[in-house]
Amino acid sequence: MTGPGQHRADGPEQAHPDDERQTTAVIGSAGGRRPRRAGGRRKHGPGIEQVVPDAEFTSYYGRPIVKAAPWEHDIPAYLFSGGLAAGSALVAAGADLTGRPQLRRTSRLGALVALAFSGAALVHDLGKPSRFVNMLRVAKLTSPMSVGTWILTGYAPGAGLAGLAELLDLVPADRRRDGVLGSASRVLSWVDRPAGLWGALFGPPLAAYTAVLLSDTATPSWHESYRELPFVFVGSAAAASAGLGLIGAPVHETGPVRRLAVGGAVLELVAEHRMERSMGITAEPLHEGRAGRLMRAAKVLTAAGAVGAALSGRSRALGVLSGAALMAGSACTRFGVFEAGIESANDPKYTVVPQRERLAREGPRHFPE
Amino acid sequence: MIGGRNSLSGPVDPTANAGYGDEHPKRKGFFTDTSICIGCKACEVACKEWNDVPADHFDMTATSYDNSHSLNANQWRHVAFIEQPKRLGSQDPGLRPPEVTDLGMPSVRPTDTAGAVADGAGGTGVGAEGEKPDFRWLMSSDVCKHCTHAACLDVCPTGSLFRTEFGTVVVQDDICNGCGYCVPACPYGVIDRRKGPDGAKNVGIAQKCTLCYDRLGAGQTPACAQSCPTQSIQFGDVDELRERANARVAQLHEAGVMDARLYGNDPHDGVGGTGSIFLLLDEPEVYGFPPDPLVTTADLPHMFRRASAAAATLLVGAALAFVGRRP
Repeated sequence: MTGPGQHRADGPEQAHPDDERQTTAVIGSAGGRRPRRAGGRRKHGPGIEQVVPDAEFTSYYGRPIVKAAPWEHDIPAYLFSGGLAAGSALVAAGADLTGRPQLRRTSRLGALVALAFSGAALVHDLGKPSRFVNMLRVAKLTSPMSVGTWILTGYAPGAGLAGLAELLDLVPADRRRDGVLGSASRVLSWVDRPAGLWGALFGPPLAAYTAVLLSDTATPSWHESYRELPFVFVGSAAAASAGLGLIGAPVHETGPVRRLAVGGAVLELVAEHRMERSMGITAEPLHEGRAGRLMRAAKVLTAAGAVGAALSGRSRALGVLSGAALMAGSACTRFGVFEAGIESANDPKYTVVPQRERLAREGPRHFPE
Repeated sequence: MIGGRNSLSGPVDPTANAGYGDEHPKRKGFFTDTSICIGCKACEVACKEWNDVPADHFDMTATSYDNSHSLNANQWRHVAFIEQPKRLGSQDPGLRPPEVTDLGMPSVRPTDTAGAVADGAGGTGVGAEGEKPDFRWLMSSDVCKHCTHAACLDVCPTGSLFRTEFGTVVVQDDICNGCGYCVPACPYGVIDRRKGPDGAKNVGIAQKCTLCYDRLGAGQTPACAQSCPTQSIQFGDVDELRERANARVAQLHEAGVMDARLYGNDPHDGVGGTGSIFLLLDEPEVYGFPPDPLVTTADLPHMFRRASAAAATLLVGAALAFVGRRP
């Protein structure tokens, strides 16, 4: 009979003959789940003994303690598109103010598409999509989702109008001289710059709040990363939007986005590195399974994209390739962080072990009166 | 008042903190004394009946006598069954308590055979001394903790989750849009989005124990506590329940049940104390509880500062990228 004894996280199933040991019987990694064979430590190669012993912990038959977010891939996709929208609004405003029309057009259209996609993804992920408007019935500072809703609501008209202005600009001039298109065209030509600046104003908070959205949960790998995750996410947003600029704008306009690409990528990689080192055991899911593969791909793509961007001063082809790598790297980061969090919630190890470690270190919590 | 001292962590009266005036009822809660739980599941059934909670799956976990798995949208009370290959105190030579402990179980037997229920949770089912097997049962009826600092309520973006006048935390079914944010926010894994079954009410929105808000309003006891045959689930004012819990754990310690401990009774803990207090006979994680939970919003001011710094970094970085010689 297997009892809920001490688990050795990655250990094989064992039974001890004597009673005392049975009370701390080692059972599968997470009862009912496939026992992992030294999961993420495979990189040490076969046959090499683990130096650090697996953390021992107890749980209710290996069942999860906290619940994983019920979110589908809409949410990590939104993390990417929201960051892209945020960064693109900033790039578009910069391009507008410094006279780079192709970069402005690319970024404004990118922001518009990313905004539309974001809205659709967020509504689609609701359990009751028809009630999405209930998000606007309160403004709550304790709810990052509420704050984010209002940031997005502030961002949308600015980025939306600026994007529409660019869209209308694509219509041949003789077809938008009169009628509805004519009026719209005249109005938009007046408001496109203020609208674009308005959208850019909401860009930085839009890029940063999604980190708080994940961290303000009991999901171990999301919460424990709250110090560095905002920097990872704004770096990722900068890299992705710079990547889009590299793809869409001619070489003579891409100077700023080449610098932004390098800066964003370096920020993302450095912050991510620091984050993993500060998370303790909850960094493990970032290295294992699908999340681990995504995070490794993100690092390779982002680093390659940054190098390519730095060298792409004369080559449009290299710029496009680097831009695509940066965007893909950003998407991998978002999906990787998302998946790692889900994994950390589904394994009680990541809830119990850090809490036991803190208790052993500091004793029971005592918030003062 | 709202936003006052200890709004995010630390001891506070949650009802007053939510903005109710002085004229609100006393905070209500549960004291679940797992030492006298017999695993009958009457609480699960009564809860489902009264609250019209739909059937979920009905299959054994194959690890214990647990067929309801966990607290979730369709399971507002969950009885955990833990089989431990642990010797009872009276089986160890020299460790036998001086007197047989009466755990307060209702019994039709004369008290001199009460040894069958000594030293552990519910009965082992074996009568005479010396025939007891080398294991004990732990049974515990889990429920929403109705935290003083409720993360689910804090993060709810629609205001669907709210603090009632009884200090409890309740979902307003007609407002929740199923964003699911409360689900990962709860440090105990209680609340969940209802996935089904098809045709059930409130599919797609967050559901959990309401502490029978409707019954409370009519001066009634919540269905689970009402139906509990051993008074393992006790309902009452949280102040009084805390005292009762302290008295009970002292009584058990005196009787030699040194494993007995309280969970959630300390207003200084990571969630400001819970409205549902538990008496446990082993470490919290054995029952599926987090050993040292913290309401995630306690760190929110720090998160806000980090995110603001990151946003400023992005703004300055983007501006710097555009500074410099024109092409």
